[in-house]
Amino acid sequence: MKTTLLAAGLVIIAVPAMAETPVLTVLTYDSFTSEWGPGPAIEKAFEATCACDLQFVPAGDGAALLARIQLEGAASDADVVLGLDTSLTAAAGATGLFAPHGVTATTTLPVDFADPLFLPFDWGWFAFVHDKTKLAEAPTSFDALAASDLKIVIQDPRSSTPGLGLLMWVKAAHGDRAGEIWEALADNIVTVTPGWSEAYGLFLEGEADMVLSYTTSPAYHLIAESDDTKAAALFDEGHYLQVEVAGKLAATDQPALADQFLAFMLSDGFQSVIPQTNWMYPAAMPEAGLPEGFDAFRPAKSLLLSPEEAQAARDAALAEWQAALAR
Amino acid sequence: MASGAGALTLATPTPPGARRLPTPLWGGAGGGGALAACLAVILLALVLAPLAAVALRGTGLSLGPADWAAVRFTVTQAALSSLIATVLAIPVARALARRRFFGRGVLVTLMGAPFLLPAVVAVLGLLAVFGRSGLLNRVLEALGLPTISIFGLGGVLVAHVFLNLPLAVRMILQGWLSIPAERVRLAQSLGFGPAETLRHLEWPMLREVLPGVALVILVICLTSFAVVLTLGGGPAATTIELAIYQAVRFDFDLARAAGLAGVQVVICALAALAAWKVVRPAGFGAGLDRQVAFTAPGGWRKLVDGAAITAATLFLILPLLAVALRGVPGLADLPPSVLPAALRSMVVALTSAAVTTVAALLLALAVARRPSALIEGAATLPLATSGLVLGTGLFLIVQPYTPPMTVALPVTILVNTALTLPFLYRILLPQARALQADYGRLSDSLGLQGWARARWLVLPRLAQPLGFGAGIAAALSMGDLGAIALFAGDQQATLPLVIQQLTGAYRLEAAASASLILVTLSFALFWACDAGGRRAAA
Repeated sequence: MKTTLLAAGLVIIAVPAMAETPVLTVLTYDSFTSEWGPGPAIEKAFEATCACDLQFVPAGDGAALLARIQLEGAASDADVVLGLDTSLTAAAGATGLFAPHGVTATTTLPVDFADPLFLPFDWGWFAFVHDKTKLAEAPTSFDALAASDLKIVIQDPRSSTPGLGLLMWVKAAHGDRAGEIWEALADNIVTVTPGWSEAYGLFLEGEADMVLSYTTSPAYHLIAESDDTKAAALFDEGHYLQVEVAGKLAATDQPALADQFLAFMLSDGFQSVIPQTNWMYPAAMPEAGLPEGFDAFRPAKSLLLSPEEAQAARDAALAEWQAALAR
Repeated sequence: MASGAGALTLATPTPPGARRLPTPLWGGAGGGGALAACLAVILLALVLAPLAAVALRGTGLSLGPADWAAVRFTVTQAALSSLIATVLAIPVARALARRRFFGRGVLVTLMGAPFLLPAVVAVLGLLAVFGRSGLLNRVLEALGLPTISIFGLGGVLVAHVFLNLPLAVRMILQGWLSIPAERVRLAQSLGFGPAETLRHLEWPMLREVLPGVALVILVICLTSFAVVLTLGGGPAATTIELAIYQAVRFDFDLARAAGLAGVQVVICALAALAAWKVVRPAGFGAGLDRQVAFTAPGGWRKLVDGAAITAATLFLILPLLAVALRGVPGLADLPPSVLPAALRSMVVALTSAAVTTVAALLLALAVARRPSALIEGAATLPLATSGLVLGTGLFLIVQPYTPPMTVALPVTILVNTALTLPFLYRILLPQARALQADYGRLSDSLGLQGWARARWLVLPRLAQPLGFGAGIAAALSMGDLGAIALFAGDQQATLPLVIQQLTGAYRLEAAASASLILVTLSFALFWACDAGGRRAAA
């Protein structure tokens, strides 16, 4: 009886306290919220304008985010999901859990991009990264890479978004020749890792000559470590894009605040944080411009399948990849 | 020494099929039996309810040809890993049992370390030795020999043997040390040579210990994920656990995930059944707890023992050394979040270890007293459970009632307890059986029950395996990531999660340092429990 009274008392105290500041819950990937990621600075900047409490909830990596939303369904506490990429948005949209964002804004994306449900916040080109001091002449196409005896590490498309991005890259660039390309690449691939960090670690340890990463990876080493030995190999057929997006959940209890956050996402308070924390290109140009090294490796041609094309191509491309590499 | 007086009268082996005295249901081990049965049911529920929750969210079970290929590969690599690790561990354990040399104690303790390494850290350590620009290939190059590649099935086996050989050695060594000194003396006075010692003392002991060792390693390797994927070399090396990961994360095909997890559980159950069929109690009877003094045969056997110890030491120490060397440079500028995360991990580890130790002890004692398929199964099943399915299932169960973030730490402790209990149970069981066979009737006839029995008989006699097992449980709980990943919010990140976040943000040097801290803390916990157990047993 006493505990019931106590609980009732606590509820009475707690309810007004909660009502004072509305809470906006943003579900995102782990590295976004970590203290060295963009999360803390963005939280501070947004809370200064919104009179609210912005809470980031980490949920593994980009792929885990989608699984998490599907697990939680409409019962989710989250208001906004931030960190899906375009190879996942078709599946995410099909869940019916997202509401249109209603934002019309031009972005820095090198391709046309318009999605009523998902708004980009950053993007990057996939590329093979190498060490200039060990590999002076990098290959300039998938064919040249396959013909060389260079060793590469890639990520598994079944567990990592860069791995899936590579699958789409080969498909978008070479279409029906994709299976052939994979068969030719098979003897170059040292191993396939579960995620980006394992692959990049193996590359830095010297287990491979090149690793699938982003054109902005050398900029990290340049800015954070004053190391200018890393380079991205530019391929003639063009580079596939990873576009990271955010969307508003239809079941949100803070729709106005969620809209405010999505609009803020393309403002300077958000975008200026992105380059040197997420090491991707900001979706809207920050007032201060891009940091040094971000212009060092700019592909002439960008490739991107639409979310629907990417989803339609995925299963066949995956089977092709598995058949070529299973040997 | 408390039990020495009783041992004199019971120094004969228990005849097979000896009648047990009836015991009251709520007295001592009898009550322990009922309690153990409850525990077993709870454990089964903890493992099967999440699986059911995942299965219920999906519709229909469908496994494709790629899934069966994954099943085949998983079983092949696990069986080979288990066989190689177990066979290689025998000469090492034997050499450690019968030789005395400087640094032996330290070596035996260090043996625990690889097993406690998070998989990704272990892989990087191994690459420093066996990788393309690793130590071995540099030596081979200097000698003008062709270099080797660690990637492929070979690499998976090397990594699994590296991670599990120490566990196998420790479990088998435990068996050697449990042969009563009286039997060894008798053998010596009868003039047994190495061949007779093997046949009459060592073989019966191995017959009892090896199936359990092989089973534990087999099942660990069945659910191995990161090692196989990183070193496997490509999609041909797809394990069931990876297929589950893919089903949950990318396809959100919960039915397939549950189907695969079910297959994993069935394989584990079959393996447990097979191991259970070949176990034979050694039946040495009790001794006076004197230090075992095996004759250490000279000649070529001394060389063989020396070679076994040296090879095992190099194989285990070099990658560990590489991990340590990688971690030192970044220690000075670690991000501040590492400290609270480390403390949180310690609390989780110690709590999980305490709960697991009590539960495993109750289960092992109950089975030693009266064989029970229910308890055997419940204590082995969690090993075969996919951490991802367990986490996902618990998430589905908890989510309607409370935001999962609020129960992150309790859930992690619960999952750690379930996942580490099988190890402790396997470690405790052989000696719990010996305890029952040697002292069970005496303590029953003396009316030694309940707490008094625990205080005067069970705890002193099982102190050594209890300490070792608690150490393993604590250290494994430090490294575990499976469950917390789904639940953890900003405020509950454990050290492994922080390491994962660091590696995901290019900060590999900081990640290496945080890994070094994780390994050091795990090892310190392990060492403290293990040494405590050995001191209590002395």
